[in-house]
Amino acid sequence: MEWEVVIGLEVHVQLATQSKIFSGASTAFGAAPNTQACAVDLAMPGTLPVPNEEAFRFAVMFGLAMNAGIGKRSVFERKNYFYPDLPKGYQTTQLEKPIVGEGQIEIHLEDGSSKTVRLHHAHLEEDAGKSLHEAVFDSGHGMSGIDLNRAGTPLIEIVSEPDMRSAAEAVAYLKKIHSIVTYLGISDGDMSQGSLRCDANVSVRLKGEEELGTRAEIKNLNSFRFIEKAIKVEAQRQIDLIEDGGKVIQETRLYDADKNETRSMRSKEVANDYRYFPCPDLLPVVLTDDYIEQIRGELPELPDAKCARFETNYGLSAYDADQLTQERATADYFEQVAAKSGEPKLAANWVMGELAALLNREEKSIADSPVSAEHLAGLIARIKDNTISSKIAKQVFEAMANGDGDADAVIEAKGLKQVSDTGAIEKMVDEVIANASAQVENYRNADPDKRPKMMGFFVGQIMKASKGQANPQMINKILKEKLDALL
Amino acid sequence: MHQLTIAEIVRGLRDKQFSSVEITTHLLERIQQLDSQLNSFITVTGDQAIKAAAAADDRLAQGDAPALCGVPIAHKDIFCTTGVRTSCGSKMLDNFIPPYDATVVSNFQQAGAVSLGKTNMDEFAMGSSNESSFYGAVKNPWDIERIPGGSSGGSAAAVAAQLVPGTTATDTGGSIRQPAAMTGTTGLKPTYGRVSRWGMIAFASSLDQGGPIARTAEDAALMLSVMASPDKKDSTCLDHPAEDFSAKLNDSIQGLKIGVPSEYLSDGLDTEVRERVQEALNEYVKLGAELVEINLPHSNLAVPAYYVIAPAEASANLSRFDGVRYGYRCENPADLRDLYMRSRGEGFGEEVKRRILVGSYALSAGYYDAYYNKAQQVRRLIKQDFVDAFDKVDVIMGPTAPNPAFKLGEKNSDPVAMYLEDIYTIATNLAGLPGMSIPCGFARGLPVGLQIIGNYLDEARMLNVAHQFQQATDWHQKTAPATTPTAE
Amino acid sequence: MAVDAQTVEKLAELARIAISKETIDDVSSRLGDVLQLVDQLQAVNTDGVEPMAHPLDAVQVLRKDEVTEPNRREDFLALAPLSEAGLYLVPKVID
Repeated sequence: MEWEVVIGLEVHVQLATQSKIFSGASTAFGAAPNTQACAVDLAMPGTLPVPNEEAFRFAVMFGLAMNAGIGKRSVFERKNYFYPDLPKGYQTTQLEKPIVGEGQIEIHLEDGSSKTVRLHHAHLEEDAGKSLHEAVFDSGHGMSGIDLNRAGTPLIEIVSEPDMRSAAEAVAYLKKIHSIVTYLGISDGDMSQGSLRCDANVSVRLKGEEELGTRAEIKNLNSFRFIEKAIKVEAQRQIDLIEDGGKVIQETRLYDADKNETRSMRSKEVANDYRYFPCPDLLPVVLTDDYIEQIRGELPELPDAKCARFETNYGLSAYDADQLTQERATADYFEQVAAKSGEPKLAANWVMGELAALLNREEKSIADSPVSAEHLAGLIARIKDNTISSKIAKQVFEAMANGDGDADAVIEAKGLKQVSDTGAIEKMVDEVIANASAQVENYRNADPDKRPKMMGFFVGQIMKASKGQANPQMINKILKEKLDALL
Repeated sequence: MHQLTIAEIVRGLRDKQFSSVEITTHLLERIQQLDSQLNSFITVTGDQAIKAAAAADDRLAQGDAPALCGVPIAHKDIFCTTGVRTSCGSKMLDNFIPPYDATVVSNFQQAGAVSLGKTNMDEFAMGSSNESSFYGAVKNPWDIERIPGGSSGGSAAAVAAQLVPGTTATDTGGSIRQPAAMTGTTGLKPTYGRVSRWGMIAFASSLDQGGPIARTAEDAALMLSVMASPDKKDSTCLDHPAEDFSAKLNDSIQGLKIGVPSEYLSDGLDTEVRERVQEALNEYVKLGAELVEINLPHSNLAVPAYYVIAPAEASANLSRFDGVRYGYRCENPADLRDLYMRSRGEGFGEEVKRRILVGSYALSAGYYDAYYNKAQQVRRLIKQDFVDAFDKVDVIMGPTAPNPAFKLGEKNSDPVAMYLEDIYTIATNLAGLPGMSIPCGFARGLPVGLQIIGNYLDEARMLNVAHQFQQATDWHQKTAPATTPTAE
Repeated sequence: MAVDAQTVEKLAELARIAISKETIDDVSSRLGDVLQLVDQLQAVNTDGVEPMAHPLDAVQVLRKDEVTEPNRREDFLALAPLSEAGLYLVPKVID
């Protein structure tokens, strides 16, 4: 039997506003507990919500980037349930009339193929606070502590159609969402701080079936790696279950990264009846066409457009252009290097090669790169004008990463300048030939077809003598002349 | 001095006939003498009042006195007051001392008014008799065996007993007008959105509206001019500039078209109440007004629609009272669920719990369309009835309540009978229209209220219409027996 | 319309309000009375009528994105029945 996995994602993105969605409290991350929870966030009696204009602007930007319809009249509703991190006893969210309607985006897969994923809708809502467990207390009372700093932080919840068919597709979709929101600057997209979180609806069915299988919802996935692993393991669980004659039940599950398994959240299974109704403290938000068009006019260049431009303007391959445009910071970095060095292809190779390896090794983001775009451009310029070889360039790059200054400073300090002086190279060639009579003899007696291969030995010796700094093209030329003269 | 109206106190203070400290002290003494019997106050803030009065006297002396400088008032205990317990009539908030003021409270402070304390009310403003208060029932100054109406029973009784010349109150389904009618006072519920709801503890957000209770329309106008203001902290507050509601008081009402809905004078209306209302209408005719019979065909649906919408909104509004951040928390909760179940089970009274359950029912899966959605559709029909009527008339008049004050305990065991108390007042809340009650005589020795319903934002005209009646009659000047310390 | 004890229990659970076994019949019957009152709505034809969630046809005014609220944690925590280390305390939350 061949199984097909069907995945839909609900992605929660924290919007990078200064203040909360319904109050004037700060949204800054990492403050001491409850220092950013004002009377409204704490649901003090008699307090009332007033929505943040910026949250709407951000949501509209997102909708436009997703080629989606914008809700010109959106309505907040109350979703009622009790939980200590939800001070009002209801979450203010949107249901019937969300700010963003149907849309679609294209995702790019590793094998180079593309696929369209449909957006069901996206809505604005408020985040909840956090429950902290006993570890934070000295006394062993075993209670939970509630921090409401995060309560009221604006979120957009992005709901996809169940269009994804593998964990890899789900990850590609999520990466695309991440890319779009960070391009737009509407979220910092920092998954480690919970700025982007994801619930995955996973079901399986036999290939060719029309009807969807019963789905399980995996809650609160907060890294690309976990999402991939959680979906894989959940899909396999469902397949095993069905093949053993069991039935999938619709439920909420939690992914345990340590055990690499999902488990049922039975505590949340108590029949939820959220009793949604329009929030009477808030009025419909009406947006005009002018407002929406103004925002459209101010949208930054988005990943797909940038990718196409990189291909055309810089002559990059589709793969390279896609890799470089996934993150706005990377694309911006690349463009600076390309512009300053005048060598886009070299710039692309270096950004995706040495730089990516360095950042990966040091677990840094490109924003915190130890090598600035300017320095990398300077290095590439020195490769281009033959001051250094590509091989030496790697040495210079490492030195720049260690904070030894720009390329010129490193080259100067370490004396890495490429030797392109004919006299000096001739001298080295002469010395190597003089000290290798056996190899010269072999060369002379060899079949002419094999001679070019045999030159490698001499080149290696000369490079060694020059500490790698001799210009390789010149070595080849002079060496060949001298050896041929001995024939 | 306690007989003085707000307008008279303002003049007296400016003319230095007496000081704010003098009148404040006098009223505090009266509260002490009389209120143990009436129970119209939950909290009396005597020391603070005297200090505020002294400060007001200084300002009066310096000649920079704002509108109500030195005038004693009291706030319904639903308005949050910094540093002063705000209970909303509930055990749930018996220990709640807000660190912030309601906009209404700030407005009165800025106008120089002196607050004597917080008045009693039905728990979370749910009730029409003021018997659901955690602090005990309020007695009607006209007959202490009877209810003063609710939910603003304390605010109405305190004014009727001349403990204070004016009070703030709130009206979700009649809670200003019905107690005003029961106590022979003048109460005004403004157009929805006139008065900020910030710091006014919510019962049903789309219906709640603050307003004044006073002895005269002139005083109500002075108070409303202070109370009403745009407020950026309340999304539903109208962005309407502050208005002088006293400006039109003395205009002639010659040619005024008064709509009289036949539905408001039909079955279920007390005969004597009907007679008093009829007499009041006749008085208006004498003053030059014209009576026009109108129909409000969906009137009978107002109470059913209200008892879906108000409990639905309340069921969510009251979820925040969970024993976690403030207010009542049960002893030794076994677990999280127990904390919620018992804190709420023990902290709320019976009527509040009943309405939360009804609201939860109306919103629950499978019932939303049949109840909540249906009620919101009916609400539109009710509003349309009024819109159509106001094409033909300037104001609408009828009884405020179907009967005069009933005996304490009389309707306690029958919630539906209690709900029908608001049969004539509820529709205006659903429609968001302004409504008023003014005294128009007595039935069996108990006050009867005439309801005046105005068009949207037409409070100035309503106050004019009420004031003209009060210039021609003296029902509003009759004094309740419990206003003298000897009345036992 | 009668409301059975089971429905009342379900509602009480949704609303997180403890109702004692002794009073449940009383609550059921009064709830039934109220529902009978509101059931009058069912008789009205409301086809095509737009529900009215709000009495006025006003639209929302949005607030500028500015931090206006200072830290008042101590004022608010002073109201809490139980708190420690700047946190509100509740019986253990189990996910």
